[in-house]
Amino acid sequence: MAIATRAEPVGSLSEIREAGLDREDLLAIYRHMVITRGVEERGHILYRQGKIPGSFYTGRGNEAAAVGVATAMGSDDVGTPLHRDMGVHIVRGVEPWRIFAQYMGRRDGPTRGKDGNVHMADANLGLIAMVSHLPAMLPVAVGCALAFRIREEKRVALAWFGEGASARGDTHEGMNFAGVRKLPVVFICDNNQWAYSTPTHLEFATEHVADRAQAYGFDGIVVDGTDVLAVYREAKRAIEKARAGGGPTLIECLTQRMEGHAVHDDAFYVPKPMLEEWAKADPLERFRTWLRENVEFTDEEEDEINAGVKRLLNEALQRAEESPLPDPSELLDGVYASPEDLDTPHHK
Amino acid sequence: MAEKTYLQAISDGLREEMRRDKRVFLIGEDVGVYGGAFKVSLGFQEEFGPWRVIDAPLSETAIVAGCTGAAMMGMRPVAEMQFADFISCAWDHLVTVAAKQRWRAGTPVPITVRLPSGGGFSGGPFHSQNPESSFAHVPGLKCVCPATPEDAKGLLVSAIQDPNPVLYFEHKHLYRRIKAEVPDERYEVPIGKARTHREGEDISVITWGAMVYTADEAAQRLEPDDVSVEIIDLRTVMPWDKKAVLESARKTSKVLVLHEDTRTGGFGAEIAATIADEAFEDLDAPVKRIAAPDTPVPFSPALEKAFIPQVDDVFAGLKELAEY
Repeated sequence: MAIATRAEPVGSLSEIREAGLDREDLLAIYRHMVITRGVEERGHILYRQGKIPGSFYTGRGNEAAAVGVATAMGSDDVGTPLHRDMGVHIVRGVEPWRIFAQYMGRRDGPTRGKDGNVHMADANLGLIAMVSHLPAMLPVAVGCALAFRIREEKRVALAWFGEGASARGDTHEGMNFAGVRKLPVVFICDNNQWAYSTPTHLEFATEHVADRAQAYGFDGIVVDGTDVLAVYREAKRAIEKARAGGGPTLIECLTQRMEGHAVHDDAFYVPKPMLEEWAKADPLERFRTWLRENVEFTDEEEDEINAGVKRLLNEALQRAEESPLPDPSELLDGVYASPEDLDTPHHK
Repeated sequence: MAEKTYLQAISDGLREEMRRDKRVFLIGEDVGVYGGAFKVSLGFQEEFGPWRVIDAPLSETAIVAGCTGAAMMGMRPVAEMQFADFISCAWDHLVTVAAKQRWRAGTPVPITVRLPSGGGFSGGPFHSQNPESSFAHVPGLKCVCPATPEDAKGLLVSAIQDPNPVLYFEHKHLYRRIKAEVPDERYEVPIGKARTHREGEDISVITWGAMVYTADEAAQRLEPDDVSVEIIDLRTVMPWDKKAVLESARKTSKVLVLHEDTRTGGFGAEIAATIADEAFEDLDAPVKRIAAPDTPVPFSPALEKAFIPQVDDVFAGLKELAEY
């Protein structure tokens, strides 16, 4: 039996205006989703061209969830996006050329070639780089929220995790501590229904991951993760509640992983009808239709967005390919921090 | 200057940093109302309030990961593990996140993790360990192991101000047993700098933590034999003072490496190997190691005495080297 609340889809334009978005914001959201998908599609091509070492991960199907939540964040809020959350980096302002440089192990990637794929973040944009051990960053986000609480700042931390990672102890410890202390953190579960090849019924016994929230003393909400406006509305509500001292919320964004775990994986274990069904709810297509039906989104506007994104990504690819490989002499740089390194926006 | 216990020196160092620097807070199990299992933070919550002396749930992962997040947001967290042994529950966060974040993502993690460590009072396998070598092996972490009250305070101050994750091993068997003069003012003991505990000419003992005192007693017993023993207290295991160790090895030409942690893969192995690499020509005897045997720490006093290196063991080892 489900315990969590199921969020309704966004109905009207007035509802979304109340949630703080005007027409320009809506088009920006669409543009961010197009960039998100574009970056990953271009990345896929780069990978097939042999230009990306290691593996390559995408978040196809998760664009609305990532962009929706990130759009609801305040400029001073922070978060720990994961490998399906490219949209968060895009919304926060990471330049695509730096993402391509990261993919290719170049010096201008945010990790300067020290780490690969989406293991990156720009601290200046309030993002913290993920690690492979999921959900290791969840209690780290709780720690960010603890700092905000100690200093009585009206800032909120966003902790992303997947439904697979919800089985680990870090999830429990982080949520329990956040619940006990009513910390300003919002937990975002990207439930794409597959932990690599493992389906949800072999991962957890409740109907929803969000059902657990009640046990930690806060609200759990399940939202359709392909509905960018519903995700935005729920995230906004939860973030502002946390900001006002109301404590954490767990939002489960239900989606379907539309590609393999990584590029090597053909996901043969995912039933075809499931993919076909979810393909009808493609997040970009869904939002595009909504825009056309509700805010008179024109062909010209759409063409302009698509052309702009194409230009942006073409230039980004070129600039990334011009970025040098890191020099082996940089290998030891930064193993230990020096006092000057603490001069970041958050360390002042 | 006033005479203080090792425990009091830790407490003073922490309190003074918390008074001086609002970014410093303490989090751990029972550190607030109860003042910590060993009473290091007794009275802290009254002075600093419940949001700077934070009683955490029994969640070592959340404590250390929480400190990591708070440090990234500009705080200077100090985590107390109730016993060093429980750091195993937070291993992942220290090693996976805190140790690597600066190197790969450019984000420093200035946290201090206090680790009441060491045996000698029947704590058994889960309240007596000395896990410093496992962490010294992880690039990005620093490990300090003060032996004296003066260093206990000065190294804690340095650990808190250091921009890296620092594991601060405080030896429980020294808490109330060791008393010495401690400067009243604030001071830092540099991380990575050894201390000559005792000057000598014939044999060098390289050690740290509680073993400094074991070595000292053994050295005193050799005085009637006219064997002069130098004791180098490493003070910090990572980074370690290679220069001081090599200088002492070259001076005496005979070296005994001593630690309370188990032998195989203990940090003494690294020291012995470095001396063999870099000072082989200066040696008059093989580098000798004395450490606990490769077993978990036993509970019964009879077994624990056989486990932890004793003055007799060190005396015998020094004798052997003297006669070599």
